[in-house]
Amino acid sequence: MNTSTLETTTKRIMNQVAPQPIAEDDSTDVSEATQFAIEANNLNAWYGEFQALHEISLEIPKNQVTAFIGPSGCGKSTLLRWFNRMNDTIFSAHATGNLRLGEIDLLDKSTDVVDLRRRVGIVFQKANPFPKSIFENVAFGPRLHMQLDKSELSDLVEWSLRKAAVWEEVKDRLNAPALGLSGGQQQRLCIARAIATGPEVLLMDEPCSALDPASTLAIEDLMDELRDQYTIVIVTHNMQQASRCSDKTAFFFEGRVVEFGTTEKIFTKPSSQKTEDYVRGRFG
Amino acid sequence: MSQAPQEHDRLKGQEESSQQGQEQQRRLRNSVGRMLLDHYFRLACIGIACISVVVLVFLIGSIITQGVPSLSWTLLSGTPEPEPSEAGAWPAIAGTIWVCTICALITLPIGIGTAVLIEEFKPRSRWANRIFSVIQLNISNLAGVPSVVYGILGLTAFVSMFGLVGSLKRGESSFEIGAIYYDQFTNLASDPFMSMGVEDAKERYFLAPVISPSDPPTVAKSGMEMFEYQGDQKIPVKIEVLDPFGELPSDPDALSLAIAADTVPGRISEKSWYYFSLPFGRGVLAGSLTLMLVILPVIIISSQEALRSVPSSLRDGARGLGATPWQVVWNITLPAAAPGILTGSILAMSRAIGETAPILIIAGIVYIRNAPQHLMDSYTVLPLQIYNWTSRPQEEFHAIAAAGIVVLLIILLSFNAIAVILRQRMQNKVR
Ligand SMILES: Nc1ncnc2c1ncn2[C@@H]1O[C@H](COP(=O)(O)OP(=O)(O)OP(=O)(O)O)[C@@H](O)[C@H]1O
Ligand SMILES: [Mg+2]
Repeated sequence: MNTSTLETTTKRIMNQVAPQPIAEDDSTDVSEATQFAIEANNLNAWYGEFQALHEISLEIPKNQVTAFIGPSGCGKSTLLRWFNRMNDTIFSAHATGNLRLGEIDLLDKSTDVVDLRRRVGIVFQKANPFPKSIFENVAFGPRLHMQLDKSELSDLVEWSLRKAAVWEEVKDRLNAPALGLSGGQQQRLCIARAIATGPEVLLMDEPCSALDPASTLAIEDLMDELRDQYTIVIVTHNMQQASRCSDKTAFFFEGRVVEFGTTEKIFTKPSSQKTEDYVRGRFG
Repeated sequence: MSQAPQEHDRLKGQEESSQQGQEQQRRLRNSVGRMLLDHYFRLACIGIACISVVVLVFLIGSIITQGVPSLSWTLLSGTPEPEPSEAGAWPAIAGTIWVCTICALITLPIGIGTAVLIEEFKPRSRWANRIFSVIQLNISNLAGVPSVVYGILGLTAFVSMFGLVGSLKRGESSFEIGAIYYDQFTNLASDPFMSMGVEDAKERYFLAPVISPSDPPTVAKSGMEMFEYQGDQKIPVKIEVLDPFGELPSDPDALSLAIAADTVPGRISEKSWYYFSLPFGRGVLAGSLTLMLVILPVIIISSQEALRSVPSSLRDGARGLGATPWQVVWNITLPAAAPGILTGSILAMSRAIGETAPILIIAGIVYIRNAPQHLMDSYTVLPLQIYNWTSRPQEEFHAIAAAGIVVLLIILLSFNAIAVILRQRMQNKVR
């Protein structure tokens, strides 16, 4: 199918679920009410008695790539998982402070997590395609949230797979099991799966850590491609990756945000000694 | 990587000194020893495996050589006649199929549902958690309880239902549906004493409908309308009541439509396929429920095991897309665990098919001529029939019993084969 028609169909489909037209259309009526997708204010988070996050305050800018860096165990994943409430199933996890996604209070227990997770997609470190066909994997999210007929669904699947840059590799075997794909393809499939529900924010927790350099590059290109439509937050241990593909970077250390600023600044003239040591590879 | 050549050089240098040469020798011997040990261990494993295979082959061989010659169509379709050459196991085969099918239909949803509840919906509160762990402990313990115990439990819980809902005697059950009761009268003409003068006196039965099974016996009156079976149909007939010691009409037709004034009718019932009563009595349903008790713990535990082996990353993936807990279970966890659940269910059902002790308690050794017709119908199962035959003194019955075992094995194996094929299909779909 023609790519531009695919684009319009998909936009029509997405508008079905989105309360307002999705991010891209927003640019026409710049209300400037919020340029921030997610705002954290004095956020503290615990696992039982153990405090994993201390007084986190940061704003994730809309339609940009924000990178979280920091040594292992410093709470990057924890914060990311609070962004779409993946911590709900960890009974010991609780938090205080302020955390908002637009108008939604993310710490409010009564928040509708189903809709929240449609709007905030997540991609995990290890590719986790469902043991179903490639098509079914991508169609899983849309089936949960939208009423689509067959052709709309297959358009949406194609659009997502194209966006995630795997379409060419899988178009001839959409009904083949997803577990038969290579690791890199699986990860891109997971990204396609995440964007098929039309999210505003895409969270990626070390999406490339298990991939070869070529697949890593493919995913970095993909982020570049997606950044003007989505707000992306990526956790990475790869300094080059953070400096290559992010607009802003937050450096975490022992549950605190030590420094948060433009990527250029963090990597060229950080204001904190710790940040400098870390980005120069002197520890962590 | 770079260490290997260095090591090699070092060893080479050492060869000069005899002491170190010895050391190397020792090391070499040691590795030979380890390899030998490995070899012996493998042989031992093969040996042990062979023993079980040999025993199995011997068992199957002896059963087949004894049983196959007596395997016949009569055995499959006949009723358990007292004459060995005419004896068949059809009622028992049908009983086994009925009991096991109903048992599976009841047990699988309950067992899998329980496993899903325990594994996928772990409670948050401490108290609920405690209750869950008590339940878990109980399930593990119940799996080891001898099945006879379940038979006794089934007897009180399902057959008589603790006597809480009426008794098993006719007309004293608290709830009954799908049964019509009749009082059956025999005609006067067929009475050999009364109808001496009548030639070709045909035996005829007249049925008077009874409203409630606890009603007193119908008192027949002249001119009363009753029913008579002709083939499968009930047609109404008008009967006459005559005093057998008084003057009898000479017309044989009138006599054949008459009944004696002092006849006491026999109460019979006609039950449809949906017949249901409380308490259950010694019927198919009580047997199935008792077998459920036997295999439920096994199914729960194996389903739990299967659910636990589903990687949590799959659940996270589905939740991350906005699936509700129920959608995660239904769309992701259950399909991924299905092969494992199926395997456990097969094993459990195989056990149910072969189970004798609880059925012996629930159904007893009864002479059954028909396949069960409804859930409350009395029945027998193949293992019981086999047991029955083996306990007879005649040699011929032992041969039939062996043939019955072959039939039981065939049912078991085909049951397993279906499940294996199903599982293979499921796995092929996802791998
Ligand atoms: N489910 C949990 N229960 C208790 N403690 C946890 C749990 N998950 C994480 N933690 C703790 O919270 C802290 C932060 O963990 P987190 O996973 O956020 O680190 P991270 O920055 O993502 O590390 P990495 O780079 O290794 O992924 C760690 O000390 C970890 O031990
Ligand atoms: Mg992490």
